[in-house]
Amino acid sequence: MESLRKVEVITPKRGMFDVRLHELWGYRDLILLFVRRDFVAQYKQTILGPLWFIIQPVLTSFMFYVVFGMIASIPTQGVHQFLFYFTGLTIWGYFSECFTKTSGTFIANSNLFGKVYFPRLTVPISIVISGLFKLLIQLVILSILIGMFSMSGTQQISMDWTIVLFPFYVMLMGFLGLGLGILFSALTTKYRDLSFLLTFGVQLLMYATPVIYPLSFTSGRIRDALAYNPLTSILENVRYSIYGIGQFDVYGLLYTAGFTLVVLVLGILVFNRIEQSFMDTV
Amino acid sequence: MEVIKVEHLSKQYRLGQVGTGSLIQDVNRWWYKIRGKADPYEVIIETNDRTTKGKGDFVWALEDINFAVNQGEVLGIIGRNGAGKSSLLKILSKVTSPTKGRITLNGRVASLLEVGTGFNPELTGRENIYLNGAILGMTKKEIARKFDEIVSFSGVEKYIDTPVKRYSSGMYVRLAFAVAAHLEPEILIVDEVLAVGDVDFQKKCIGKMKDVASAGRTVLFVSHNMEAVKNLCSRALLLEHGTIVSEGSPSHVIETYLNNRNKADWGRSYEEHEAPGNEFTRLKSIALKPIREDGKPMITVKSSLEINISFWNYVEDLVANLSLHLFAATGECVFNVITQLPPPTLGVGLHHARCVIPKELLNTGVFYVSFMLVQDTAKPLFNFDEVLTFEVEEERENTNWHGKFPGFVRPNIDFKINA
Repeated sequence: MESLRKVEVITPKRGMFDVRLHELWGYRDLILLFVRRDFVAQYKQTILGPLWFIIQPVLTSFMFYVVFGMIASIPTQGVHQFLFYFTGLTIWGYFSECFTKTSGTFIANSNLFGKVYFPRLTVPISIVISGLFKLLIQLVILSILIGMFSMSGTQQISMDWTIVLFPFYVMLMGFLGLGLGILFSALTTKYRDLSFLLTFGVQLLMYATPVIYPLSFTSGRIRDALAYNPLTSILENVRYSIYGIGQFDVYGLLYTAGFTLVVLVLGILVFNRIEQSFMDTV
Repeated sequence: MEVIKVEHLSKQYRLGQVGTGSLIQDVNRWWYKIRGKADPYEVIIETNDRTTKGKGDFVWALEDINFAVNQGEVLGIIGRNGAGKSSLLKILSKVTSPTKGRITLNGRVASLLEVGTGFNPELTGRENIYLNGAILGMTKKEIARKFDEIVSFSGVEKYIDTPVKRYSSGMYVRLAFAVAAHLEPEILIVDEVLAVGDVDFQKKCIGKMKDVASAGRTVLFVSHNMEAVKNLCSRALLLEHGTIVSEGSPSHVIETYLNNRNKADWGRSYEEHEAPGNEFTRLKSIALKPIREDGKPMITVKSSLEINISFWNYVEDLVANLSLHLFAATGECVFNVITQLPPPTLGVGLHHARCVIPKELLNTGVFYVSFMLVQDTAKPLFNFDEVLTFEVEEERENTNWHGKFPGFVRPNIDFKINA
């Protein structure tokens, strides 16, 4: 046995801050195997397999193009509307997937959690990592689309140096989605109503985030309110970095980072508290 | 050296629908707490007895459990369904936390609460070995090292790259157990695995458990299979209604268990006005009594069973037979016997009948009894349906095989090798 013999004490409640994150490291292989499982199990027996990662946002972008672009004609600051929506949806899609999928951690895995112990955080963390693959594929498609649009002359691309911050944006969204998701997953074990709230809550949140419209399209109180949405600065900054539209918002980014940190820490604490007793309430 | 030490362990469960009203309860509980008062919901205490439906919303699944297990011991835990065995194992394997008390574990714990946890049907056998191994706490390196051993132990080499949803249930279980069996933890918790799999596989499992124990590791073994407990365990615990009622040598604890078991169901009697029956006859009482050389009141394959029936007859000069049917739990009739022929003539009043089922006739399992009163060997007057239920327990010596014999009967038939 490689692991050292260790003494463990099981008592009714662990301390609030006794989160045992180091345990996760010992289970890093499990996290990766979960990622693999998600990927393989999801697309086995589908004909198109991971192509669905692409088809989904392309069709949605096209629909938005028709509805918001052609019918409602919401301006997109000179960026081709299809490209604008595809960019927004790709970014938003990663956050919403992290959030909704991790929020089901306890309910979806109650059977497994009821039989064997392993650090429960491995599950939501693996979801956030799985989401990265999907995001990566979509980013490749986005690059191809940008290339196509700029070569045909329909779209001027002025990429900014701030594009190097892109991994940081992704990290912020992943952590924010994770933090919110595990917070919700912990609460839904007790109050199931929250899972209903969540599904349409996330839908509403998309419209409260400048995904299919630029921040500059809004004004007054709405614009002020949008500034409190931690996702606003990410979407705006991503579009600034790629298309040079809008402006680079440092304070917004700092606000988002702070917000994310608070949510993540809170989420981990609550999750840790619930994981010790949730088997009795599910 | 003590590897497991359990002190004053208690576990409380909330009964019924959790959800509606729970937010109100939580708020209320919190309100009491900040005023420094006792939890208003904790005062409702009941012992874990599922035969009487509780009035309160909370139940103690375990109450003040204390025991210690030394290194290298194989501790058997027995008890009826709902006695608290599963709760105890869940707490020991950290799936849920106790309400009160403390457990000290000295070493890595692996549990086989139900084999195949985390198996994904879409993944192949190979992929599932890795996934399941990691869930049970192994690193990828460890699994890779033991991979061949696991595969050959499971005996599914040919199908290792087939999705496990195509496996038969036997193969599935074998593969799952194989992964768990190669964990090499200091403490192994095994629950009811012997219930599945064929004879060969059972032997393998038992062999593996013995290996684990003889290598100086500790095993907690929960089972309904008394023979396996007797043969494998060095010590046993009997749980009843969430408390330990007996502890010691396996044969002693098993005997207590069998003595306590189902005694209440071994007979019933009625007042005349409420007795089952009709205008021709009513049942006064039916009682089952095991007869054994050692005089112990337990029903095993080596107990003769005496059934005493008392009934009222309301038909004058009845030419009467009783016809008794013994059914297996699954509903098949095992046999039908009738009282003596030619039938006696009975007057109006109370009559008694006695039936003895010889020992070494019935196999282990649950059986039930129905009987009817028949007039002139042709006309049933009343059928007393399912008036008695009992379970025949195992009692076996000199075998290394611990599975259940097939069939409803296990008669003592002369069968010898000339040696």
